[in-house]
This record gives sequence, structure tokens and C-alpha cells, in this order.
Amino acid sequence: MKSLSEIETTVKRASKAAGYSWGVSEETGKSIRLLELFSLPGIKHLNEYFNEKNKSKFENLNLISENNSSSNNPYCPITLGVSFLDQINVLENLKKIEFKNVAYPIIFISFISRSSEIIGKKIYVKMDEKKILLNLNVNISSNFIEKEFPKLVNTIEVNLLENEDNFTDDEWNNLYKLSEETFVEESDSLKEGAAGAGLTDND
Amino acid sequence: MKVELRDPNKIMKLSRLGSFHQSKLSFLRSFLNEFKEWEYKRDLFNLNENGFGEAVYSFKKNKRVYSLICFANEIKDEERSDRVIATKWDAAFTLHDGVPTKKDIERLKNEVPKQEVGRLSYKELTLSRANKSVRIYNHVVESLSKGKQPDLNLLSKVGYLYRTTAVYGSGKFGLADRFRIKNREEINGPFRLEMMLVYLVRQFTFDQVNHVAYHKNPKTAVKLDDNICKNLGIGNSTGLGMAPFIVNHPTLLNNWILSREKALKKIREIKDVESQDSDLFIDCVKKSLKNITSWNTDSEYQQKKISSLLKDVEKFLNFIDKDFNFKSEYPFNKIYQWLEDNTCEECIEYIVSIMMEPYNDIINPLVKEMSSDEEKYFNIPTYRKVDELRNIIEAKYPNILDINFEEKENNKNFWFISKNKEEPRLADRFEEHGSELEQPLAIARDIKKLYDKLLVSKNSLTIAEFLTSNSELRHVVRRAFIVEKFPYSEIQDNTIGKDLMPIDMLRLKLSFFGALKFDPRSDKWLRICMFQGAPLPNELKSYDEQWVYKTNI
Repeated sequence: MKSLSEIETTVKRASKAAGYSWGVSEETGKSIRLLELFSLPGIKHLNEYFNEKNKSKFENLNLISENNSSSNNPYCPITLGVSFLDQINVLENLKKIEFKNVAYPIIFISFISRSSEIIGKKIYVKMDEKKILLNLNVNISSNFIEKEFPKLVNTIEVNLLENEDNFTDDEWNNLYKLSEETFVEESDSLKEGAAGAGLTDND
Repeated sequence: MKVELRDPNKIMKLSRLGSFHQSKLSFLRSFLNEFKEWEYKRDLFNLNENGFGEAVYSFKKNKRVYSLICFANEIKDEERSDRVIATKWDAAFTLHDGVPTKKDIERLKNEVPKQEVGRLSYKELTLSRANKSVRIYNHVVESLSKGKQPDLNLLSKVGYLYRTTAVYGSGKFGLADRFRIKNREEINGPFRLEMMLVYLVRQFTFDQVNHVAYHKNPKTAVKLDDNICKNLGIGNSTGLGMAPFIVNHPTLLNNWILSREKALKKIREIKDVESQDSDLFIDCVKKSLKNITSWNTDSEYQQKKISSLLKDVEKFLNFIDKDFNFKSEYPFNKIYQWLEDNTCEECIEYIVSIMMEPYNDIINPLVKEMSSDEEKYFNIPTYRKVDELRNIIEAKYPNILDINFEEKENNKNFWFISKNKEEPRLADRFEEHGSELEQPLAIARDIKKLYDKLLVSKNSLTIAEFLTSNSELRHVVRRAFIVEKFPYSEIQDNTIGKDLMPIDMLRLKLSFFGALKFDPRSDKWLRICMFQGAPLPNELKSYDEQWVYKTNI
């Protein structure tokens, strides 16, 4: 089995050899390492992408907006990923960002996962009909994780989620009430000795 | 009195870094301190009469066990080479996490001797190989088999029986990734498992000579005297492979140097020094003279450094003896200032290391600050502005900005990875081919390029916007934001100039390992000795902490 350190180093060097700058290659090494850590096919897709890159053209998207569409060639997932990572603090203000025609989207997903950690928000991604939740770079969950990842998607919809509970107030209150059963009612004499007691708070 | 930390623009120059010496902060000393309470055992010693076979040594505490598995092999004299291109070695080793099963040993027997072309698993932590110093090894076996102890004069010329030629860890060749074990308290210090491997290999070398001498002549053979063993270490041949490490791990480098600088600052701030502490300090300086006078090297470069070191240490002792009163206030601050005014860099850093000897209370907490969670500082703060980055570069790289890289001599070399051994190398860009495949290790030149670009960019641009059209400078943008927070993370020198001495970079790292007696064999590789004078495993529970300064051969 290859170690993650070997994966990161080899991906970094291979990315440089494929024409990216050292700095971008370092980012790619980190991202593919992440995919492999989560048992996602990072090496496989990067390998296929680099092979195809020799034969076909891909578009570089450097400045991301709300709607991004490449009508001719598909977007390069590495340049797109690095741009997303770099611009996440601005993109955070948009609720939804759309990308049309993206190659090897799993590579792009790894950069979105890292972006989720930077802004401290979960990110929900729809790739055509497939759904992926990126959870602060701690894990990636999906409804098609067991299936083959596509090499090309028509539409990727990225939704930046607000930090909200994923349970109802009722569910929380019920649980909280139960937790109160571990508390003890305090006597008056104990209350008098508690922190701050006896002082005028307007001192 | 408040003493400032030393200026990174002075300390992070290569000539200063290349003058560093081992200290109490060094990894092999902090390893011994951490593992002194662990149970040491030789679990297996299955060698034939010529000393070939397998052996296992372990350290154990509670449920945690680390086992060194040794494979000693027969090789022909002409196959023995310290160079990284070698494919066979006298012995090969791996440190296994836990107790190895027979199946593990069988698996490793096929892989460990192959080193770089073998495959290890997540159950192995470090990997190494070593060659005999044939002259010394044969002499020791011969002497012991005849019932005599070896000639100490001969031993002192080398200082070890075996020399390692590489020690690998952190995920290389399938070894366990650092993240799998990083939360273990006992290895909360850099290179601790590499140090354990080397330390246990040293014991294997003693057991092997005793074993071979006994089988050579069971009736007359004696064992190598414990005191002689103690004064033998493990050699190491180190080439350029080590140099890029300190460039590629900026926050780690910072934490090593910062710990040293904090230690010096705190010691200089001690107002009244206890007599026992000043006595210990002076005693260590005096006893350390033996380390300098027994420091053998054919390198003219190093001989000059040793000679000025010896002269300056003697001058320093004379000053302490005649002109200095330890009862005055802030004595170590005065000593430091005197050193800066009167001695060479090699001597300043030598004495700085020895100043730490009396102060476990200062040093031990700093040892715990020498690792780094590098991932935390990887992301570039792309929301920041061009003018901020320019200000950082002006403040943190002032001397680098003065270098003119248009001049050939400042841009003479390039670092590359050799195709046949995947090892870093240095070459003249105007004479050798391959500079288009240069590694990103010319930090000074690239920082200067970045600065020039920033000068003609709009102040209000965010770094994200700047990077859209300057991707080739991304690696140095990252570094500049790191050096903003970590002042000692960057070598403040040109790593591609004509005057570069790569062994300065090696020496920096090796001094933190705890190496002694640097012996440059060229400007690109050197030999060193580790653990010479260190306690033997069965002495660890109670040993003299200043053993480094008390070697007898």
C-alpha cells in the first residue's frame, strides 16, 4: 500500500511535469492525498486527466463568478479548484455557484472540501443528479459514493450552507429536558457563596 | 532585564547555521531522556558464526512496544559502498510498531535488505542500512577473539563499528505516515523514532562483534569492554539528500531554531547564576575540549574551522578564568556579548549550546515545542492585499532583496532530483543540462522575483487576484506568509550562488540530530558520529546527562 506521503510527493512532481507551477502542484498533491485518505479515486482520475490533457484542450477558469460556463472545452479541474480555493472568501457571499462543463469533477471536489474548512461552512454539491456533502474537510458523503465517478459533468451546482442545526427545536428541547435530570437544585446558602455573590456589579 | 531574540537575518545565514553544534535540545539527547524509563530487551539473536542472520531489540512501556528488526547479510568487499547508489549493505534495519510475528519477520526479510526498492507497510516506522567500518570491525573481532581489548588509538580515529548511509521515515517506501502515530506522547519530538533506530543499531553492532569473536575462538574470546562500547557511536554518511528538507519544512525549521533562540534568551536573562550551574557550565566547556582535539577530518575547510574553534574556546576559558566573575548580574548575557565581540561564529554557537547544560527547567519544555503541524499553515491567506505581502517581504527578507540574480555568480547552481536514485543533487546551470527541471529550492531568487512583480502590481489587489496571473510564484507567496508568523522559517541566504557550501545546510540539520565530529569529505557530503559516549541501553535508568562532553577515546 502506498503511504499518503508518497502519494502527495508523487502527485506534486507529476503535476509539475504536466505543466502546472510548483505552487499549484503543491496544492494538487494535498488535494489528491485528501481524496485517497477518504478512499475516493483521486490517483485514478488524476492519471486519466493527465493522459487526456495530452490529447485534448481544457479551459482555465481563473476568476469565478456566480455562473460559469465553458462552451467549447471542459474546465480543467485543477485550475478551477485552485481558483475556488483562492477566492472562497469572496465566493462565500454567493449562496449558489454554477459551473457548466467540468472535466474530472472529483478532482475539483477535493478543492471544494478544503474550501469548506477555510470558511467553516458545509458545502453541498450537485453534479448533474448526484449529490455530495462536504463537511468542513472532515469527511465527504454522497449518494453515489460506491458508483463510478463521472469523467465529465454538464452542471455542477455548489451551495454554500449556512451554519444551521439539522434538527428541529422540538427535538433539541426534548433532549435538553432529559439532560436536566442530571442537575441538582441549589440551596439558598450555596447560592450566597457562588462566584460574584455579595458584590455590587456596578463597582 | 529583557533580552531580545537574536535577529533572524543574522542567525539564518548559512555560515551561522553551518556553525551550529549539538545541545540539550538535540533529538538524540531528548530521545534518551524520553525513553530512559522504558524496558529494553534483546528479543531475538539468531546469527550464524560469521554474524549473519536476524536479531530483534525492543523498547517497551505499558502496552506500547517498538521493535528494531536487524538483518545482517554477507556482502563482498567490492559491493560495499556508502553511496546512495549502492544496492547491498552489511546490515539493514527497520523499526516495527509492536511485537513482530514470525510472519512479519519473514515478510521483512525479503524487503528490508532491498531498502529503496523494497516495500514496507504501515506497521513499520523507520528504515535504514549500514556498512561496517571494515578496518575497525575486523580489528575489534580479531582482538576480542584473542582475549584482548582493541587498540583505543585506532578506535578513536573512527569512533564507530558501523556507519549508516540513510535513515528513512514518515511514509517513505510504504512506511507508516506520520499522522498515524503523531498523537503518541513519547514521540512528541522530531525524528524520535529515527533516533531510536540508530541507538538500537549501535547495540546490535556491539553484540555482533562479541558473537563473531566468540565463534572465532570460543576458548580465548572476551567481550568488548562496556566502557569502550560506551565510547563508540554509530557513524553516518550524509549527502545532499538532507539539504532540501530544511527548505521544504519551513515551520519545522522555525520551531527548531526558535527553541534554541528562546533557550539562549532565557539563559541570558538569568540575573543571578547559582554556583553549581556556573560550575557545571565551565566543567562542560573544559571537558568538551577533548571533543575538539579528537575531531579528525581531512577536510581543509573543516580543519580551519576546528582550529579557530579550539583557539577561541581556549581564549574563552582564559577569559572566564582571569577576567570574569560569575557572581556579577546577568553573567550569561555578558558572556554572550563577549563571545560576539571576540570569537568566531563556530565558537559562539558552540558555547551557546553548552550554556544550556545546567538548565533542564528551561530546555525540557522547549523540547516539546520542536515539532510542527505543518498542514495548519499550508493555505495561503488569499483575502490579504498586495501591499501587505510587499511589506512582509521588505521586513523579512531585507538582505535577499539586495542580491542581484542577473549576475551569473548569484544564479550559478540549480537543485534537481536525480533520475537514477530520486535523490536531490546540485549542478552548475551553465555547464550541466536539466536546469529547466529545477526544484523549487531557489527561494531567495524566487522571493526577489515575487517582490519585483509586487512592485508593479496594484496595492489594493487581493492575493487571490494577484495569483490569477502569477501562478509561477505561488510557492513563494505561501512561504512569505509563513515567514510572517515564523521568523526563523527561512534561510536568509542564496542557496544557488557560486559560494554556496551545501554542507552548511547538512550541518544545521545534523547538529539538531545531535551529531558530533562533522567530517566533510567534499563540499557536498560528510561523515558524522552519533551517540558516541552515550549510555548503553542497560544504563539508561540512571545516566550522566552530560555524557556528550565525557568521551574517553
